[in-house]
Amino acid sequence: MLGALVLLLGCQLAGDAAARVAGVPVPGPVLGMALLFVLLVLRERLQPKAPPADRTALGAVTAALLGNLSLLFVPAGTGVVQQGPVLLRNGPGLLVALVVSTALTLAVTAWVFAAVARRVRR
Amino acid sequence: MIGLDVLWVYLAASPLLWLTATLAAYLLADRVSAACGRHPLANPVLLAVALMSAVLMATGTKFQTYFEGAQFVHFLLGPATVALAVPLWRNRREVGRALLPLAAALLAGAVTAVVSAVGIAWAFGAPAPVLAAIAPKSVTAAIAMGIAHELGGDPALTATLVISTGILGAMMAWPVLGAVGVRDPAARGFALGLAAHGIGTARAFQADPVAGTFAGIAMGLNGLVTAAIVPVVLRLFGL
Repeated sequence: MLGALVLLLGCQLAGDAAARVAGVPVPGPVLGMALLFVLLVLRERLQPKAPPADRTALGAVTAALLGNLSLLFVPAGTGVVQQGPVLLRNGPGLLVALVVSTALTLAVTAWVFAAVARRVRR
Repeated sequence: MIGLDVLWVYLAASPLLWLTATLAAYLLADRVSAACGRHPLANPVLLAVALMSAVLMATGTKFQTYFEGAQFVHFLLGPATVALAVPLWRNRREVGRALLPLAAALLAGAVTAVVSAVGIAWAFGAPAPVLAAIAPKSVTAAIAMGIAHELGGDPALTATLVISTGILGAMMAWPVLGAVGVRDPAARGFALGLAAHGIGTARAFQADPVAGTFAGIAMGLNGLVTAAIVPVVLRLFGL
């Protein structure tokens, strides 16, 4: 389990450091995700007989983190208590913008994905 | 023997109290959500945030004091993002087959998210710093706060708008996706992760592991694309 934690944190650290060194505005954890994916692909190539990654300690730690993903947004969400004045001044506009924009984004993204997938399959 | 008021003064300033309270509030919210049959309106993040906010206001606790304890939970957002590589790897064949629809939906969705959010808030007369804060609203909290900060938006306001977007997206997803007639779990998951980042991804994993995987990919990739398009869109609105 400790090894899996070190692997996750190590990938995030490497991603953060790479983003800083390259001076690109890419978030470190996203680069870390790409790095871990490459490592998992390499592991499968180099050790074809090893158990699949999701049956190892890494799989267990990952399942625990992603199974409680919603929890991780509670601290940032509770920051709403600081936003009283801004929300009072811009409340209706922000609410309409969030609701309409989010619904529109869901619809456009899913529709484009499904439409292109149908075309590719043909 | 010390008085209760003295004990409270000690506990209220300690990270342990607010870390425990955050976990307990979420545990309770998740139970309620489960008891409601995971109804979209009983979103666990919404319930837990409402409960925590009420406790902070009732006890007169500053957010900074609260966050000293809650930051240990907040910190795990980074490793959790890295962990998305595991479901991505497990479903690598499905993802490889869907590269073209994935790229098209990514571009269309990211542009829609930024342009519509900034456009509507602008039409309602929101000032420039608020527009910079709402522009990255569909991207996961840590990334969105970085984008907004660079463009003169308040990271704390961005966090509130991002979490609200995630909750709204998780609530609206099934009705909206049903209305446009999309049934494919990959397309549904991708839309949820793109529009509603980690909260949408959590919702997608509840429905189907393939949907969850595509949601995770969308969340990661949208972080990259949105960082690139937000400055361009804000310039279009003369900011």
